[in-house]
Amino acid sequence: MASARRRSAPYLLSLPALLFFAALLVTPLVMIAGLSFQAFDLNTGRTGGLTFGNYADTLGDPYYHAIFLRTVGIALATTAICILIGAPEAYFLSRMRAPWRSIFLIVTLSPLLISVVVRTLGWALLFGRNGVINQVLAALGLASSPIPMLYTVQGVVIALVHVAVPFMVISVWAALQRLDPKVIRAASSLGASEFTVFRRIVLPQVVPGILSGSLIVFALAASAFATPAIIGGRQLKVVATATYDEFLGTLNWPLGAAIAIVLLAVNAAIMLTYNRIVERRYARFAQ
Amino acid sequence: MSRNGAFAIAFHTLFVAFMLAPLVVVMWMSLTPANLLSLPTSALSLRWFRAILDHSQFIDAFWFSILLGFLSATLAMLLAVPAALALARHRFPGREGLVALFLSPLIIPHVVLGVAFLRFFTQIGTTGTFAGLLGAHVLVIFPYGLRLVLAALTTSDPAIERAAISLGASRWTVFRRVLLPLMIPGVAGGWVISFIQSFDEVTMTVFVATPSSMTLPVRMYHYIEESIDPLVASVSTVVILLTFLLMAVVDRIYGLDRILVGKG
Repeated sequence: MASARRRSAPYLLSLPALLFFAALLVTPLVMIAGLSFQAFDLNTGRTGGLTFGNYADTLGDPYYHAIFLRTVGIALATTAICILIGAPEAYFLSRMRAPWRSIFLIVTLSPLLISVVVRTLGWALLFGRNGVINQVLAALGLASSPIPMLYTVQGVVIALVHVAVPFMVISVWAALQRLDPKVIRAASSLGASEFTVFRRIVLPQVVPGILSGSLIVFALAASAFATPAIIGGRQLKVVATATYDEFLGTLNWPLGAAIAIVLLAVNAAIMLTYNRIVERRYARFAQ
Repeated sequence: MSRNGAFAIAFHTLFVAFMLAPLVVVMWMSLTPANLLSLPTSALSLRWFRAILDHSQFIDAFWFSILLGFLSATLAMLLAVPAALALARHRFPGREGLVALFLSPLIIPHVVLGVAFLRFFTQIGTTGTFAGLLGAHVLVIFPYGLRLVLAALTTSDPAIERAAISLGASRWTVFRRVLLPLMIPGVAGGWVISFIQSFDEVTMTVFVATPSSMTLPVRMYHYIEESIDPLVASVSTVVILLTFLLMAVVDRIYGLDRILVGKG
């Protein structure tokens, strides 16, 4: 009796959350997958029947190719820059002294808690033709004409880096916390230079943190909506904004559903491949 | 550890400047006395903060977001605490699958969740209702709360509970006197991070919000889509200052670095 109750306890405890997830996650996802196979009548706006046409449109149309390529390109560039600036920052933070370390950790990470819309507005104000950056450059005589940043891919990438880089800092920071300072002291006492210590001891242990951080950053950048919508404008479409247009602009829900499912599939495929690579790397480090 | 060199300090300074630049610009520009957005250099004015009071759309959306965040964080924690107890204290078939399911809202693009909710709510006839939006927010923020409660439970020693039982404590007493005190910091931290996630969510909410159920970030997004003026900068400044205030309170009671970096 008691052991049976003990065995059913975890199921009973997680049942409310499980039912909630079945109703509000699994059902809507199944419905949207079903919708993506329905035909859409442009004249009546009705949906029904079974068709692969939406996927043929999404995967075959150069217009959507460009959108998907742009989205992946933006996400890759954002991830690369986040690695280049986020990982060193986490390393420098970890080497700071007591009060400064936690102060700057909070300064670095706190933008994470401020609405993406607010942060993107800040970049829009910095980037505009008469924005702060162009005004400063003009005042210093460094640029003869305003540098275009708003409505450019570079602008979107910079704003996305700002949104996503705290996640890279967190991942690398967590990996650095697991580093044993005794190993570093041992290497130094055995005559290793600071660079050798970094290359042979710090770096290999930080790589898993960089990899898991890149996964978060990539997913975030590939499905970002507000930032590309505000900084990219109407011309520079990414998958998220294109899906929004199909759903709330042209009202072609089945096509929008197909775009969303393709995004989900591409995202999942990239994550799984990445995970496999990470595992292989781990195996190599274990040898 | 050795100290950072000049390069490290320069790099760090630039990094911090990069992180703070957009926030500083928004706050600075909101103090402009002019009609258009510009950096005020000679005079500062609070006129655009007074202007917020004449735009009830932002004030209504603000209270709507506060209510939504409050209720969805509370509901999410009510679901997450028992689930975390099950996952942290029991080994059972299907456990790994449950963990993956419960954390999956973190890796599913919010756009996909947005369209899925839009379709779902249209089909069952709850479009634009508060209940629908509430359910969607609870789902999206659930993993954040779950992770912090899990962290609090897994870093504590289960041997304490076994000791309590062997000393004759009932299961209820163990829960009340041992587990609950262990969980409280995780639950409080999880609630706050859930509230913030709900308050900030825009990608999913933009699909399911209607004019009668509009959160503040979605309202601001639609406003920025039309025009960028000093009013939206002053609203943003209020949001930034309130977030900092909340962070200061959280730092006092729980430790902000623990929430952000997730040390148990």
